[in-house]
Amino acid sequence: MNEDAHHHHPTPPSPVETRAAALEALLTEKGLVSPEFIDSIISAYANDIGPMNGARVVARAWVDGEYRERLLGDGTAAIAELGFGGPEGEHMVVVENTPEVHNVIVCTLCSCYPWPVLGLPPNWYKSPPYRSRMVREPRKVLSEMGVELSESVSVRVWDSSAEVRYLVLPERPQGTDGMNEEDLTKLVTRDAMIGVARP
Amino acid sequence: MSDSVVRSEIADMSGHETLPRSNGELVFAAPWEGRALAMAIGVVNALGLAWDEFRSRLIAEISAHPERPYYESWLAALERLVVETGAVSADKLVESTSSPSGWISDEV
Repeated sequence: MNEDAHHHHPTPPSPVETRAAALEALLTEKGLVSPEFIDSIISAYANDIGPMNGARVVARAWVDGEYRERLLGDGTAAIAELGFGGPEGEHMVVVENTPEVHNVIVCTLCSCYPWPVLGLPPNWYKSPPYRSRMVREPRKVLSEMGVELSESVSVRVWDSSAEVRYLVLPERPQGTDGMNEEDLTKLVTRDAMIGVARP
Repeated sequence: MSDSVVRSEIADMSGHETLPRSNGELVFAAPWEGRALAMAIGVVNALGLAWDEFRSRLIAEISAHPERPYYESWLAALERLVVETGAVSADKLVESTSSPSGWISDEV
């Protein structure tokens, strides 16, 4: 970009919402976007793609034992049952936390991440310290992130790749027996499904 | 449907140009911000541009106005992109903004 281009940049005086609407009207007129297309993108980014999807998967597994079995047997298929799938989620493996085992996911090579269920990855997930240290000293990193594990719990670190994306199925919290699936969904955080927090 | 609009380049944006998020969910302070996000994705797709064409302008806008709200820089970057690629003329953009038609602002 050169300075000339900058000087030609229009600086309309009206409020930003007006500018956004005016631009949308122009782009629609040019056939570059349509209101329907914009709505579909907003929906895809803001609602369909995000940790809410993963939370629904987890809550279902907590209330439905048969679903849980299917989820642990074939993650991709069980996740697709709830309507989630697509790029970066073609081969999903779900790993279950138990009183004896704590799972955590990482991508040591880059930032592979299960988009369809967790949305866009957090910045720390992509940071070199997380990627290298979670493999080298997982207990220490987990402790720093607020997850204290007793010595009797084994830690399994799953390295995501272009072929396989992992999702952690956290343990259902104590005292939630009376909660329904919808309410349970709200307990499941993104970080719990990465394995760096508890629900 | 959503498959084609989900761009890995957007997830890979880091630093100041990272999309504002909370617990992984995108955060929009007002509806126009979501529409601005979608417009950029739609325009880059429609014009067959590399995502970096938009991203570099977004970075420039944020650097030039670090105090400005994120999506205002996003919108400014998008305006520059469509004008500089010739998709929309600068005159037309100014003209349409000064006389919005068929659109009612929430602001008083």
